[in-house]
Amino acid sequence: MDSALIPVMDDALKPKGVQRCPIWQFALWICIFGAILLWGVYAMFLCWFKGLNQTNMNDAYGFALWIWADLAVIALGGGAFFTGFLRYIIGKDELKNIINYAVLIGFICYSSALLILAIDVGQPLRAWFIFWHANVHSMLTEVAFCLSCYFGVLTIEYIPLVLENRQIDKVPFFHNLAHNMHEIMAIFAATGAFLSFFHQGSLGGVAGVLFGRPFGYREGVLIWPWTFFLFTWSAAACGPCFTIMITKLTEVITGKKLVKQNVIDLLAKISGWMLASYIIAKILDTVYWATVTVPDMGYTLKHFYSNPVYGIWILFLEIVLGGILPAIILITKTGRNNNVTLWIAVVLAVIGVSVNRWVMVLQVMAVPILPFESWYLYLPSWQETATTILPVAYGILLVMLSYRYLPIFPQERELNPID
Amino acid sequence: MFPFSFEWIWDMSHMVFHGGLWYALSIIGLGMTYCILKATIDTFQGKGGHHE
Amino acid sequence: MKEEHKHIKAKKYGMVIDLDKCTGCGACMVACMAENNVPFKEDETDKLLSITWLRIYKLTNGKPFPETDICYLPRPCMHCEGQHGHAPCVSVCPATVTDYDMETGIVSQIYTRCFGCRYCMAACPYHARYFNWWDPVWPEGMEKYLNPNVSPRMRGVVEKCSFCFPRYQVAKDKAMAEGRREVEEHEYQTACTQACPAGAITFGDLNNPKHAVYKLKMSPNAFRLLERLGTNPKVYYISSREWVRRSGDNYLANEVKIKKL
Repeated sequence: MDSALIPVMDDALKPKGVQRCPIWQFALWICIFGAILLWGVYAMFLCWFKGLNQTNMNDAYGFALWIWADLAVIALGGGAFFTGFLRYIIGKDELKNIINYAVLIGFICYSSALLILAIDVGQPLRAWFIFWHANVHSMLTEVAFCLSCYFGVLTIEYIPLVLENRQIDKVPFFHNLAHNMHEIMAIFAATGAFLSFFHQGSLGGVAGVLFGRPFGYREGVLIWPWTFFLFTWSAAACGPCFTIMITKLTEVITGKKLVKQNVIDLLAKISGWMLASYIIAKILDTVYWATVTVPDMGYTLKHFYSNPVYGIWILFLEIVLGGILPAIILITKTGRNNNVTLWIAVVLAVIGVSVNRWVMVLQVMAVPILPFESWYLYLPSWQETATTILPVAYGILLVMLSYRYLPIFPQERELNPID
Repeated sequence: MFPFSFEWIWDMSHMVFHGGLWYALSIIGLGMTYCILKATIDTFQGKGGHHE
Repeated sequence: MKEEHKHIKAKKYGMVIDLDKCTGCGACMVACMAENNVPFKEDETDKLLSITWLRIYKLTNGKPFPETDICYLPRPCMHCEGQHGHAPCVSVCPATVTDYDMETGIVSQIYTRCFGCRYCMAACPYHARYFNWWDPVWPEGMEKYLNPNVSPRMRGVVEKCSFCFPRYQVAKDKAMAEGRREVEEHEYQTACTQACPAGAITFGDLNNPKHAVYKLKMSPNAFRLLERLGTNPKVYYISSREWVRRSGDNYLANEVKIKKL
């Protein structure tokens, strides 16, 4: 193919009336993140062909970095379902200006989670057994079902965006399909919200039901431990923070305002109140667990934080720095409107929820349970690290491609007029 | 997953769990079928060709 | 026929291990590995990667000489009953791989169905579940010594002590062939029980008053590991030493007396 055609094709694919970086610059970044992606893919194939001995997991650490990454990306991807819920079910119409990006981020997060799970299981070719021989009492079964279904919903939400590409839209069938999908998007979004409320909760239930692991175990209501509700709540609170964070990061990188401040402000405000109520519930849960559940099992709170790595600082980081502080910033108008404090709040909220998922996976494994055991500590192997970075590179690439060729930000043209 | 797999029991847990699952799958499946069918009909009726 | 069924009470196979008798020789571990075709590697330095269905822990009372005391504690799978068969590992398995058998009280594992998610390992507080990080490689000629009654496992699946369940199947077949409905106590014994030179391990039906374990488990010195978590294990330990009994569970500093659950 004539290389002179590339810029012409590139121009034809870009949305009309918007400015994009030169093709060489775009290609350079694609190559850089493509190389990182390939590194991750190489590690992934090592794990598939040689087995999980490529990791530093062991019989004490059956759940490790990958499961944390899984829980974290699903929580952060929660922005998609909650923004969808607010836009389509509650009727916050302004959010239509950020919903596309929330869907894209959610799509990346969920596809990454599924990929990580496919690497994490010991016998990937048997992974379908989870559906076929489903044990309805297992939280993981519920996670697998809802995660797959919701990924389907996210794909359905992402497809119309792809179809709106300038060239694809010229095909009448695709134009009509995108139009019809938009028409009934509320139904899909409602189904997505229903599925998300459950699988986010079930991910919390994964650690919460482990009555043999006092650090993770929580009492609850009926079959659901308190962590079930806390996980859904925190995903709904911090997912939108991640959406705002990535939106603002995109604005910094592109050097453009892409979403109007009132949209960001609305989402940040709702997020802030969700986070504030969540953190109150989390504190109550922690106090009850520390003063009732744990002593009943013969442990003290101190026991769980008696390690140099897993000291009480981690609880402070999660609840105070990653919960209370961002909640206070986000619920105050001045906090939200100031660019610096908004940045601090969303970053802290993202850290807070990631730390929560970290302790609910890795600290659960680390804490000694038998009185004659000691702490188990673990450092991931390069293969684990590479396969965890892989989704990040993949996400960046998909964002780059989507931003360049799809009308992700409806307000971009209005905010950045080209003379 | 299906009533004919040997683990299947007709109890409350199975009915609630799989009821929810098949309900969600039906909405997704029917919704997409509707969109594709309507898009096909629309295309044959000559809609969507107004671009460029 | 119905009357006959009524007499057969559900069995609850379990174990009583006398820690005062255990010398920590490790014969039980070796017998277990040979019986159950447990794979091993050339380098077994990292014990967190070794598969030991039965593992011996060394406990110390932490006191200086001359009050120093040690105790060896063999730990098979506890075959927890939980509440109504909800063992920690059973209810979490997403693919119904592991099951609590109400007829025998044995927690089973279907290796060919396990897809290696390791949730059961995360759930087990006793670390009794092991993952096959590698495919088993037997030294030249050793495959001829494998137990034909026990299926070897492949890479990527979880395995654990089965209370030598294949032996129960053989004993049941024999009893059936001889026209009996019941398996005698001596007909079904685990490999570790038979290998223990000190006679520290006793195995049998905890529900059957004729079996030795029935009485032994009632000893005032009997205890189970982590009873307070509600796992309801079927492996009992006996020790005349208070510190050993106290090592079986976690207690707050102000709890002077061991709580009997």
